[in-house]
Amino acid sequence: MGFMQAYKMAIKSIRSNKVRSFLTMLGVIIGVSSVIAAVAFAQGSTKSITDTIESMGTNLIQVNIMGRNSNRNVTYAQIKEFSDKNSAEIAAVAPQTNSNATVKYKTNTRETNILGTSPDYQTIRSVKAQTGRFLIQNDVDNKQKVAVVGTAVVNDIFEGGNPLGEKIKINGQLFTIVGVLEEKDGGQDEGADDTVIIPVTVSQRLFRSGTIRNFAIQATSPETVDSAMDKLNEFLEKTYKDTDAFRVFNQAAMLENLNSMTGTMTAVLAGIAAISLVVGGIGIMNIMLVSVTERTREIGIRKAIGAKKKNILVQFLIEAIIVTGIGGLLGVLIGLSIIRFVIGGLEIVPEVYSITWTMLSFGISLIVGVVFGLFPAYKAASLNPIEALRSE
Amino acid sequence: MIEIKSMSKIYRIGDVEVRALNDVSLSIQQHEFVSIIGPSGSGKSTLMNMIGCLDVPTRGEYYLDGVEVSRLNDEQLANIRNHKIGFIFQGFNLLQKLTAVENVELPLIYQGVHTKERYDKSVEALKLVGLEDRVHHRPTELSGGQQQRVAIARALVGNPPMILADEPTGNLDSKSGKEIMRMLKELHQKGNTIVLITHDNEIAMQAERIIRIQDGEIIEDRMVG
Repeated sequence: MGFMQAYKMAIKSIRSNKVRSFLTMLGVIIGVSSVIAAVAFAQGSTKSITDTIESMGTNLIQVNIMGRNSNRNVTYAQIKEFSDKNSAEIAAVAPQTNSNATVKYKTNTRETNILGTSPDYQTIRSVKAQTGRFLIQNDVDNKQKVAVVGTAVVNDIFEGGNPLGEKIKINGQLFTIVGVLEEKDGGQDEGADDTVIIPVTVSQRLFRSGTIRNFAIQATSPETVDSAMDKLNEFLEKTYKDTDAFRVFNQAAMLENLNSMTGTMTAVLAGIAAISLVVGGIGIMNIMLVSVTERTREIGIRKAIGAKKKNILVQFLIEAIIVTGIGGLLGVLIGLSIIRFVIGGLEIVPEVYSITWTMLSFGISLIVGVVFGLFPAYKAASLNPIEALRSE
Repeated sequence: MIEIKSMSKIYRIGDVEVRALNDVSLSIQQHEFVSIIGPSGSGKSTLMNMIGCLDVPTRGEYYLDGVEVSRLNDEQLANIRNHKIGFIFQGFNLLQKLTAVENVELPLIYQGVHTKERYDKSVEALKLVGLEDRVHHRPTELSGGQQQRVAIARALVGNPPMILADEPTGNLDSKSGKEIMRMLKELHQKGNTIVLITHDNEIAMQAERIIRIQDGEIIEDRMVG
């Protein structure tokens, strides 16, 4: 008896029990489609996060100063000098000091974030002034009391008026507004637009802090990131004599961390979904066992007229595999539809189609069919023909 | 054709030994039409299972068509049943979900005969039992007599040397029963070896030879006259 024959028999048996076959498939359908949808969701979220990070530029290097050692310090001038010397690797350096302060215009006040930085910040963070101008080097070098304000601040304390050229008070000192930042996240409070940018040298004096804790540094190209980081490490080590006092990292490292994290998330989600596949497999075994009992007489007849053990085994096994195979295919279709219409339709995360996971979940469904079909098939094949014929 | 030498079958039910067959010897020649008759519990079903290679004896030898089958394993027994024996059962034992011709095809499927040849042979066998216009009917669409004729076609289709009929008329009205007996006699005339198992004297008398069995032993073996 060939494979084709066993296949035909199985199809016939599946078709003569349509409702039961469908219910058997249901577990596999749900299992496969949920694996595909869960993985797509996880990978979609990963993609949206990595896209955001990558849009910040892969050339970006961050330097954090951790130590509270005021004796040894890297000043803005030193790092500027260092970057000018290494212009082959380093394109731009922006120091960053962040402080909270009260901004006052006439009688209006607002608590906001005061960012002290240099003109390079504009290229590194790709921010723009929508009116007026951004900081220039002269502002930094000559400690000019000028400010570039975010729209959240403008809307609040200027109440819609034109702020250019107006004077505001930050911690009691007067600043001239030279520019308004282009809106980044809709002018929300506590967002990127809720900020006032002033020259780093002014901010250091205003907040009486000598230490600049953050530097954003742009390498000349993605290829020079590594050597730029090496040089930065070397330079900072010489200054601090302690490798724990600072940290140099870049987007690639962040992406790597993120990838390992989201990889875990994908695995967990897929694992949970895979459990439903296994449960589906148990459903198959259950229904196949019932089917074997129900078809004892058929098995007896087949054996009496010459079916061998392996013929019966193959017949039932192929039946299980076809049921799970069809269930798997339907699961793939439903899973892909969920990605297309639910994930794509709701636009929570980008649509990601993974061939690997689709094939994998379909493959697993077939394996589930074999594994859970084996026991009932073996039971059927081992029936004694005399007793099987006697059963009603 | 059939050569049984001192065959015994002992079942053990708990501590009790039941001798279903006790030292039975028997031989049946080719082209014979033999009835094995006995009341229920006489051991005739056990004997039929032995002759039909559905079971193996505890002791003794059994040669079927020159092959010693009493020591074969399941696989080999299935093969013998497939090639050498055509079964006709009391309850027809057709697969309800298959059509007449698909039922007749079953033994050929397990012989590995190809689709086209299998179909042609099966239709041919159905013609032989007068069911050429019922080829694609399912058992539920056929009368009892017709179902048994499908079963006869299934028994015939592989051209086995022996046809083993177990109470073939037991579930039929007398008219259909007669029809089936006529058909068996016809097959016998065409040269088939037929072994008929029954408890009904009248049916048994229609064979050439009667073997009467009681308490696991043959008590009578005579030609019908």
